[in-house]
Amino acid sequence: MKRQMLLAATIGLAATSLQADVIAPGDVVMTEYGEVTESLTGVPGDPARGQAIMVDRGQGNCLACHQVTALDHEPWHGEVGPSLDGVATRWDEAALRGLLVNADTVFPDSIMPAFYKVSGFVRPGDGFTTRPAPADLQPMLAAQDIEDVVAFLMTLTDY
Amino acid sequence: MTRKTLLGGVSAAVVAVAAAGVGLADIRTGDSLVINGEIEIVTETAPPPFLEGVFSTIYSGWVFRTDETRAMEADDFDNPGMLYVEQGLEAFNTAMGTEGNSCATCHETPETLSTVRATYPQWDEEHGTVQTVEMQILECQTERMGVAEPYGYDSQEMRNMAALIASVGRGQTINVAIDGPAAETWALGEEIYYTAYGQMELSCAHCHERNYGNLIRADHLSQGQVNGFPTYRLKNANIVSVHNRFRGCIRDTRGEPYAIGSPEFVALELYVASRGNGLSVEGPAVRN
Ligand code: HEC
Ligand code: HEC
Repeated sequence: MKRQMLLAATIGLAATSLQADVIAPGDVVMTEYGEVTESLTGVPGDPARGQAIMVDRGQGNCLACHQVTALDHEPWHGEVGPSLDGVATRWDEAALRGLLVNADTVFPDSIMPAFYKVSGFVRPGDGFTTRPAPADLQPMLAAQDIEDVVAFLMTLTDY
Repeated sequence: MTRKTLLGGVSAAVVAVAAAGVGLADIRTGDSLVINGEIEIVTETAPPPFLEGVFSTIYSGWVFRTDETRAMEADDFDNPGMLYVEQGLEAFNTAMGTEGNSCATCHETPETLSTVRATYPQWDEEHGTVQTVEMQILECQTERMGVAEPYGYDSQEMRNMAALIASVGRGQTINVAIDGPAAETWALGEEIYYTAYGQMELSCAHCHERNYGNLIRADHLSQGQVNGFPTYRLKNANIVSVHNRFRGCIRDTRGEPYAIGSPEFVALELYVASRGNGLSVEGPAVRN
């Protein structure tokens, strides 16, 4: 328990020291085609971590809507969005990053949530608590989370 | 395999459009529900006129559930929601308040109220507002029975009573009025239905109009009809109210729901109820 907390604190510290290089949600530059060319953190994404984030219901929960054959060991893949098999052959890294930041440029009025956005919402909440959002509402995924998920998506080259 | 040749953004968008949308492939439509071998329930029918361009068929939530869940609703002995109806019946016959009245004093039997569920929410001339069944029950308690502490809008007692009133209306065709004095409230409900709420920016329509039939994780999305309320939810092991369901759905968008019993939820209930005009009253339905 104690060790875990220590570890968490160290990771927290590492994350804060990186903060300087992180592009804030309001500062992300998106091309007219919905691509984000620059990494949000400058730190290469970790596909293993990205995979875990996609599965986690409290984080990406991408499987709520998408089927991914590479994640077949996880139960219940949704059908609301297209299968992500082969997605890296359809989109490049900048496009995938842009889809995660905010898919609305590519898919107007998409049901897919914008994972790196903090304002412009109607009655935003504090997570799933039913309480109103705090003033410093965080994006659904942190900058490095986005990079990690993009890194995992880039591995999906097979149908 | 042909998909492999579809490279690039534009073609990918085509793939996406084809893949998304309504997916009734693994939903068994065309079955009928007959409760206790006698009450015939319309679980799919033509949409009300204002939805003609939107749906070709409207479906009860029953259609989207598993065989086991469906079967529980076909017999009152298997429907756990009926236990709450029984408690509602007991309360119906019990005097409450300073006037010494029970519901039965004025309404004899619940069956005399059999048309209520199918026509509410409805405009109340005297109060100049659209009323839900719950609001009507509160009105009787406070204005006719002298009940000092009326049921909470979403209390167990209220849900029991609402379940009783739904149960005696089972099989009747939902027919809520959306014109005349109710029109303004209905329009507000429609606006709410199509508003994207919360940090996930999802509207009722995103899930229940554009994606019914599709799996969202482990759940088959239905059309979000309210004809089965109060509904016995296996997950809660209790009956839940319409507004509680609305609250849960907005919470799941990472949103801040309106309050249970609020004018916004009353308006939304009227609007959603009208989307089911033509289906049968089914409450207490069984859902997961
Ligand atoms: C609530 C539903 C929903 C969730 C949650 C969701 N998506 Fe999507 N996603 C969609 C839909 C629907 C589309 C298709 C475009 C459209 O119709 O808006 C899509 C499209 C995509 C595409 C383009 C796919 C292609 O083949 O062209 C990618 C990549 C993607 N999503 C990744 C993700 C990732 C990664 C996550 C989680 C971090 C995620 N999505 C979460 C609904 C969702
Ligand atoms: C993120 C997706 C999502 C959104 C947005 C959403 N719902 Fe739902 N809703 C669900 C799921 C999942 C269920 C459970 C399965 C089912 O019955 O569709 C459900 C169930 C319901 C039910 C119960 C249906 C029955 O037969 O018991 C009603 C009513 C309902 N929703 C209404 C609404 C309304 C009104 C809104 C907008 C305020 C809304 N929902 C927004 C996902 C959603």
